[in-house]
Amino acid sequence: MIEETPRAPRNPVLRVGGSSRRAVAIALASTVIIFGLIGWVVVNSPGWERVQSTFLNWDNFVASAPRIIARFEVNVRLFLIAEVLILAFGLVLAVLRGLPGPVLYPIRLLATVWVDIFRALPGVLVIYVLGFGIPGLRIPGVPNDPFLWGVVALTLVYSAYVSEVYRAGIESVHPSQAAAARSLGLTQVQALRHVVLPQAVRRVIPPLLNDFIGLQKDTVLVSFIGVVEIFRQSQIRSSATFNFTPYLVTALVFLLITIPLARITDWLVARERDKRYASAVGAATTGSRRGRLWGGGR
Amino acid sequence: MTAPLLVEGLHKSFGTLEVLKGLDLVVDEHEVVCLIGASGSGKSTLLRCINLIEPIDAGRIVVEGEEITAHGVDVDRIRRRIGIVYQAFNLFPHMSVLDNVTLAPRRVLRRTRAEAERQATTLLERFGLADKRLDYPDRLSGGQQQRVAIVRALAMQPDLLLLDEVTSALDPELIAEVLSVIRELANEGMTMVIATHEMGFARDIANRIVFLDEGRILEEGPPAQIFREPREPRTREFLQRIIEAGRL
Repeated sequence: MIEETPRAPRNPVLRVGGSSRRAVAIALASTVIIFGLIGWVVVNSPGWERVQSTFLNWDNFVASAPRIIARFEVNVRLFLIAEVLILAFGLVLAVLRGLPGPVLYPIRLLATVWVDIFRALPGVLVIYVLGFGIPGLRIPGVPNDPFLWGVVALTLVYSAYVSEVYRAGIESVHPSQAAAARSLGLTQVQALRHVVLPQAVRRVIPPLLNDFIGLQKDTVLVSFIGVVEIFRQSQIRSSATFNFTPYLVTALVFLLITIPLARITDWLVARERDKRYASAVGAATTGSRRGRLWGGGR
Repeated sequence: MTAPLLVEGLHKSFGTLEVLKGLDLVVDEHEVVCLIGASGSGKSTLLRCINLIEPIDAGRIVVEGEEITAHGVDVDRIRRRIGIVYQAFNLFPHMSVLDNVTLAPRRVLRRTRAEAERQATTLLERFGLADKRLDYPDRLSGGQQQRVAIVRALAMQPDLLLLDEVTSALDPELIAEVLSVIRELANEGMTMVIATHEMGFARDIANRIVFLDEGRILEEGPPAQIFREPREPRTREFLQRIIEAGRL
């Protein structure tokens, strides 16, 4: 019998060796040396002066930042609207692909082809086709707002990815859970809704967040069809001032938004893994064997 | 007089493996039938067929006079009347004990939440689980989880309860609490079909023991006869092995 609960193995890269302060000191020294060296090479390169004035111009930075940051509102709006649509539409696709029985084969096929197509196409192409193609048809009553088509394009592309994440989650719920629900008299749909999906969705929250980090960055792609968002705004500023510093503003905004989200995601992934590991070990020691392997979802 | 359960000529194969080879069984009202037999003899498959979790290949199953294996029967309506409890409990880990028990009454029988919770609480109290009402399954011991699974099946007020090796996943010291629940149900007259390896328990509780061997019923009769003077050599052999393993 295992008495103590062993921790899940951590990523060795993140583990600073043993208990010794010496290891920390070495890590620190080597970090300083390596990054110092890189910095030295950059600063002493022949073009440094030039790069500094075109990319790292402080006056330009201060002048451009407010206008560029203000445009980030467009990206945020795009992101929030698309995210809600993606979550819903991705789930619908995942459920359609999981429908049983030969009668529903055409629906499964359609959903599968749909997912394949939008995963295969580069996002920017979908944005182009929808953003220029559909308004180009000049069908009466069909709007030609590029923001709208940007949302639609991102939803199509990302819901294909997200549906695969959902599907992995649905398949990770042991079939005995659905069987238990069905044997209580719940219908297929009720079993899916009350038993399978709640467990599946909980498990895939971290990978979903991962996809949303990607979505956040890809919102700049709609600039290609004429939406003036943060990237397009920095392009405009850059052309007006003959300087690349505006792009640096955009880069910093994305770093500030995305890195915390990435850290939260990693933390959630680690927590989920520890929890599953701990509950599997716990089950083995308390003798409730299989019951606990699906546990821990709260 | 219609029997709660009538099985006739039941055949079931998984691919090329024929698990049930023409099985006949009648269970009377308030009767407790224990299925015994080696692993792979078809006990679990029989129970899963009766609950329509597994489609059958041939034969028919009649519950309270209604042929449930007939074409076009609403399986969800049938399953409401037949409770089944599994070896691995299969509680829903994302729901509290109370929600586990009230899910089916609320969604299937359309009871109100208050009504379903009142009924569930009464059942949980009866089986000593009232203080676990708001706990999640992973906080419970195996024995407690299995008792909750039994309560969950009972909340649907089934006419027939199927128990599939419900103590096989439990540590020995937890088995007694589950068996005492089943004993209480038997005393109340619940009609039950129990697949079990607990021979001592089967001998105590069953009105009839059914010995399954390679997908057929080889021998059946009252516990005293089966355990003391089995007619078939295979039954004798099986019981001999059980005694040697110290399980009887």
